[in-house]
Amino acid sequence: MSIKNLIICIAVIAGIVTLTPFLKFQYQDLMIFLVINVLVVVSYRLVTLTGEWSLIHIVMMGVGAYASAMLSKFAGFPFWVSMPLAGLTAAGISAILCFPLFRMTQFYFLIGSFAAGEAIRLCWIYFIDPFGGSSGINNIPVPVLGDVDFYEPMPYLYMVLVVVTISLVILHRIEKSRVGLTLLAVHWKAPLAESVGVDTWKYRSLALIVGSFFVGIAGALKVHYLGVVTPHQFGIGIMVFVLIWVIVGGYATFVGPIIGVVVLTIFDQGLRASGVVDPAVQPAIYGAVLITSILFMPEGLEGLGKRFRSMAKNSNA
Amino acid sequence: MELFLQSIVNSIIQGGFFALWAVGLVLIFGVMGVVNFAHGELVMIGAYTVWLLHAQNDVPFLLAVPIAIILAMMIGLLMERFLFRPNRTDPLAGLICSIGVLFILQVVAHEVGGTGPAKQVAPPFSEIIQVGEYLRIPSQRLFSLAVALSALGVLWYFLTQSKLGWALRAVALDREASALQGININRISMIAIGVGAAMAGLAGGLMAPLQNITPHMGHNVIITAFIVTIVGGVGSLSGAVAAAFIYAAFHTFVTTYFNGTIATILGLLIMVVVLIIKPTGIMGVKVSE
Repeated sequence: MSIKNLIICIAVIAGIVTLTPFLKFQYQDLMIFLVINVLVVVSYRLVTLTGEWSLIHIVMMGVGAYASAMLSKFAGFPFWVSMPLAGLTAAGISAILCFPLFRMTQFYFLIGSFAAGEAIRLCWIYFIDPFGGSSGINNIPVPVLGDVDFYEPMPYLYMVLVVVTISLVILHRIEKSRVGLTLLAVHWKAPLAESVGVDTWKYRSLALIVGSFFVGIAGALKVHYLGVVTPHQFGIGIMVFVLIWVIVGGYATFVGPIIGVVVLTIFDQGLRASGVVDPAVQPAIYGAVLITSILFMPEGLEGLGKRFRSMAKNSNA
Repeated sequence: MELFLQSIVNSIIQGGFFALWAVGLVLIFGVMGVVNFAHGELVMIGAYTVWLLHAQNDVPFLLAVPIAIILAMMIGLLMERFLFRPNRTDPLAGLICSIGVLFILQVVAHEVGGTGPAKQVAPPFSEIIQVGEYLRIPSQRLFSLAVALSALGVLWYFLTQSKLGWALRAVALDREASALQGININRISMIAIGVGAAMAGLAGGLMAPLQNITPHMGHNVIITAFIVTIVGGVGSLSGAVAAAFIYAAFHTFVTTYFNGTIATILGLLIMVVVLIIKPTGIMGVKVSE
């Protein structure tokens, strides 16, 4: 990471830490979910690096959420143990799923991952003991560290920031490492990568497992703040929002999905606060934004920025 | 015994609907290579049209259904012209666009129908036919099955007997080779999505008196259509129709004797198993890369 990018990162984190306490309560809540969603989209990008678009990511977030909720509520584990275990559970389940899922590619993988995810989600609804059925599990314990409890939004936000920042650094390191380059090779030239001895199945699985680990942690972070976990928090509709964030932001670079989730969340809240549109109409606006961005900015917002910069450079020269 | 016979009849009728849902998806995927996630919403629009015209404004049922078909077809044609055609080289972009359409259509239905409980349409044919001692078949269901089977028959005739149908199957097999033979790919794509969307509109219109109508009813449709398509073989229409009736029987019996959620979970698992063992489906053809 260059010095310039490092300074930008520190500035963003410092900005969140210093400015959020002055926001209204509801926006402090929103900031927590926004930071968690950043981890969701960045971990999703790791999965898409190999060129396979999975629809199971949000269900894996749910696996982490349920694991952490059940471990802390029924088995009495402290949050600091149940959160990593949530990540490991999601990683473990996705490791099992790799065997059937990665026998497929492209369209078949997309549908297969959707089916597997939907089957897991329906199990949460059907097996009322232990998953609580449609109403899920409530009264999930609040994280406590010594004398500090994380019930209030601000302490929780600081904790989430620490966890997400560490996760993002790890994900960034993975992407820039040899492994990350191999993942890209698997995407763009799978036969060539195989011919030089890369086990493409292994790398595709690795991307899915690592991605699931981090999104499982994101799930734990989310439900311990909400205090409740239900199957409806992890439906295909939510997965579609992740796709929208990643695609509108631009999935070619590490920051693209982050830009997407931040810009669209602000856009969404702006619409809501302005009161011009009925909340019931909002999904249609999202749909229109999605279609427009596919048709007119195939590289997403991030690509748009790049285009402007090169235009400015040309006009200077 | 009574329950068993009734379940058999129910699954045949259900199979007709499943087949109508799936053939549209198969046609569109086969010819254009796009997974139309908004396919269930086309069915939903068909059902809403019949609700709006027939139940709210007293338009005869037999007129409301053709209007539903035309409406779904027009939406399909617009999607092909403005969303799928510009993205033909990138199937993922087409899929994402169809998700955008899904959101928009759901909101349109919500705005037209308003909030409140699910909409219902009183069946225009209300007699119940008594067969033997046990079996009771509502004539509405029988009528729907007859129409669905005729529509499938016409489609089969079109695809196997007409020149245009041959061209359509040729494009599904190999797009570039067909283009080199002078087949107009854009025109064939329009026909494929037109026919597929019309089938969805028809299914929605026929289903309207038999089911609760909500803006989200498409979710169930698309899951079922995926299962049927995959199990039947992605490139195969006859496979999809066969799979539709098999899956309908399976789903009806498991729902009757156990539970609807279990039926869907098992259906999804069967689909994953088919994907692993024989990704081309039970009657699938090998597709060239």
